Amino acid sequence: MNWIRQKIDQIKEPFEPGNKLEKYRPAINALDTFLFVPDHTTKKGSHIRDAVDLKRTMITVVLALVPALLFGMWNTGYQHYTQLGENPAILDAFLHGAYKIVPMIVVSYAVGLGLEFAFAIMRGHEVNEGYLVTGLLIPMIMPVDIPLWMVALSVIFAVLIGKEAFGGTGMNILNPALTARAFAYFAYPTYMSGNKVWVSEASNIDTISGETILGSVAANKEVTYTAAEMFTGVIPGSIAETSVICIIAGALLLVLTKVADWRIILSGVLGAAAMGLLLNALPSFGIEGNGMTNFAWYNHLIVGGFAFGIVFMATDPVSAAQTMKGKWIYGALIGLIAILIRTLNPAYPEGIMLAILLLNVFAPTIDHYVIQGNIKRRQKRLSAKTVKTA
Amino acid sequence: MPIDVKIKKGLKLNLKGEPENSIEQAQKSKTVALRPSNFHSLVPKMVIKEGAKIKAGEEVFFSKYSDKTRVVSPVSGTLKEIKRGAKRKILEVVIEADTEIEYKDFGTMDPLKSDSSEVKHRIFSTGLGVFLNQRPYSIPANAEDTPKAIYISAYNTAPLTASFEVVLKDKIEFFQNGINALTKLTGGKVYLGVDKQAASFLKDIDNVEVLNISGPHPAGNVGTLIHETEPLNRGEKVWTINPEDVAIIGEQFKTGKYNAERTVAITGTAAKHKKYFKTIIGSEVSSILKDYEDNSRIISGDVLTGEKVEGDGYLNFFSNTLTVIPEGDKHRMFGWLPFKDNDIHSASKTSLAWLFPNKKYEVNTNLNGEERALVVTGEMEEVMPLDILPMQLIKACMAGDIEKMENLGIYEVAPEDFALVDYTNTSKIEAQEIIRNGLDIMITEVG
Repeated sequence: MNWIRQKIDQIKEPFEPGNKLEKYRPAINALDTFLFVPDHTTKKGSHIRDAVDLKRTMITVVLALVPALLFGMWNTGYQHYTQLGENPAILDAFLHGAYKIVPMIVVSYAVGLGLEFAFAIMRGHEVNEGYLVTGLLIPMIMPVDIPLWMVALSVIFAVLIGKEAFGGTGMNILNPALTARAFAYFAYPTYMSGNKVWVSEASNIDTISGETILGSVAANKEVTYTAAEMFTGVIPGSIAETSVICIIAGALLLVLTKVADWRIILSGVLGAAAMGLLLNALPSFGIEGNGMTNFAWYNHLIVGGFAFGIVFMATDPVSAAQTMKGKWIYGALIGLIAILIRTLNPAYPEGIMLAILLLNVFAPTIDHYVIQGNIKRRQKRLSAKTVKTA
Repeated sequence: MPIDVKIKKGLKLNLKGEPENSIEQAQKSKTVALRPSNFHSLVPKMVIKEGAKIKAGEEVFFSKYSDKTRVVSPVSGTLKEIKRGAKRKILEVVIEADTEIEYKDFGTMDPLKSDSSEVKHRIFSTGLGVFLNQRPYSIPANAEDTPKAIYISAYNTAPLTASFEVVLKDKIEFFQNGINALTKLTGGKVYLGVDKQAASFLKDIDNVEVLNISGPHPAGNVGTLIHETEPLNRGEKVWTINPEDVAIIGEQFKTGKYNAERTVAITGTAAKHKKYFKTIIGSEVSSILKDYEDNSRIISGDVLTGEKVEGDGYLNFFSNTLTVIPEGDKHRMFGWLPFKDNDIHSASKTSLAWLFPNKKYEVNTNLNGEERALVVTGEMEEVMPLDILPMQLIKACMAGDIEKMENLGIYEVAPEDFALVDYTNTSKIEAQEIIRNGLDIMITEVG
């Protein structure tokens, strides 16, 4: 190990303070800290520190995403070949998906991290690790056939307008990954919606009908997939959002390590279930409803990226509510509104993306009222005191 | 009837390097030093000049803005040096000690039989007042105030600290006398926090409201005790004092002598002889700490709130612990991987440390990462037993937003209440420093 360390110290020499490449220090530091936890010691405050750091936290999220990502690669190939009437081997399906998806991940990381490095150098702070997660999330929630330059453009929009314009990591209002998706969704709708984008090569090969489940439901067509297929994820959709099993595996890791707040996930699921149940009950009130309102409430939870969104996007600590009570309200509203958007506006059959972005905007307001509760308790105590002594 | 103070939130840190429960008389320190910076916000005005002779208990300097806040000499001897820094700021006053301490005689006084104004005058005029710390702001108490209560915590829940059961064992009479004096300073109660589990002689002290403390650190912090009994409102003041200093006050009332004895625990894995030493306030570190490992950090105080001192430096005025831990200036390969390096303690579940709640950890001073933007939420609340929103208060302090700080309860906190936030937070934010700066803004703007 020692010679690696010495070699790195040698490479870092020109970047040290006072030397000519000093300005680019954050960039070289970012690379170095990926090999070694630095030898920095505490200068003030507590003399000892916890082993946790932001890198560890973010890598935990990346690990949690891996099952869904690998499944997504396989499912991409599987959907493609089965729609062509073939029965692919697992490896063939996986390779087909990887061939499509790996370049997207590379583009997302290259463009996004490039920007992050540039901003770190410009602003003179260290590179924050948040983009490791964002950069992986963005390809995972895109349709598989989206051109790479659109991925790049979405990333640029998300990082520049979604994050850095607000002051960088920790300051952004909106979840950057969803900002990227929303950008692509509204800028290039033909690549992001409809029934020809969800299966690899669907737009080139006529025999492939790549409609998603919610797409069919919204169009009042019959759904040919079983609930078990929806749950395992062998259905068309955005790249890695389909498998609820893999998402639950990731969710378990996030909740057990406390990286994601279980309150948001639980209240989100409860909120969505409540709205689903309410809509399912419409016929008993004499309202006929449509295909979407009559879609079983439990199916709402396992299709259309709901599970992926509530586990990996809604729990982003920066854009979510930050107070304990606020998290409950925030999660529940995401669940309610996601299903509401789905059913009431068939143009947005997935719903969860807009629901999370909407609540991202309202999260500070929710927090504001929770904080007011704390402040009021304090003021009440003071006024009780003044009355008593007066 | 004792009151139970039970908290759930917090963190019990099990660290290696606890001292054994034996007290030894330390070798006499050749010099002692008084540092104005130990009394936050105090601007010193010297009373004596370099070369002057002084007795133990005679005034060395006082606060420029409150002449009743006086710091007196813990030993008799000659004022050797006034060390100054930038703009002639006084950093350290060094006194060369006589071999035999000569005490100034203040005469005896029975606090219970005396008038409260006499007791107060005696405490502040003879330099005992600086032992009292005022909340809010955590600054020396002002002689003009009458606090609504006085708090003493004799249960230190921070890791690697001196046990007051050991420190006060043979001073219990003086301690009781000191308590008697303190009761005259306040219209309210004098609270004494003790370990609920321990069958302590401290529970039999009279004239106090005993608080039976249980729970993880910071259960024993005075800030927690105040919050759980009579939380501070705007405009109110309470005083806090360390138990051994109560005994010093008690002894001075009983014998007329200012005996500035300090029982210091040597702790930490890098120290060789970990036990208690009886010495004098402001003594040379080298007089009690001789054997310790190279490349280690000496902390006057505990690992969470103490101040770094050099091997040839001096003990802080209030510290009764000298902690020595290894410096952590080493790189750690791939140390950021989750579930790796589980021998380093972590309150986060991204390490497997939580599987071994009773394991004792060896700690060093490595930051275990680098400072980052505030991203993770909810972790500060886990170690904050007070009804305070830690992250929101920290942000208000960073922004210097006075109204928000006040609304969010800045008066109820001191930096030490945020020590665990320092320790656990993922972004390596210096919470104690931020809170201190916030308090300083309040001192200048609100007063």
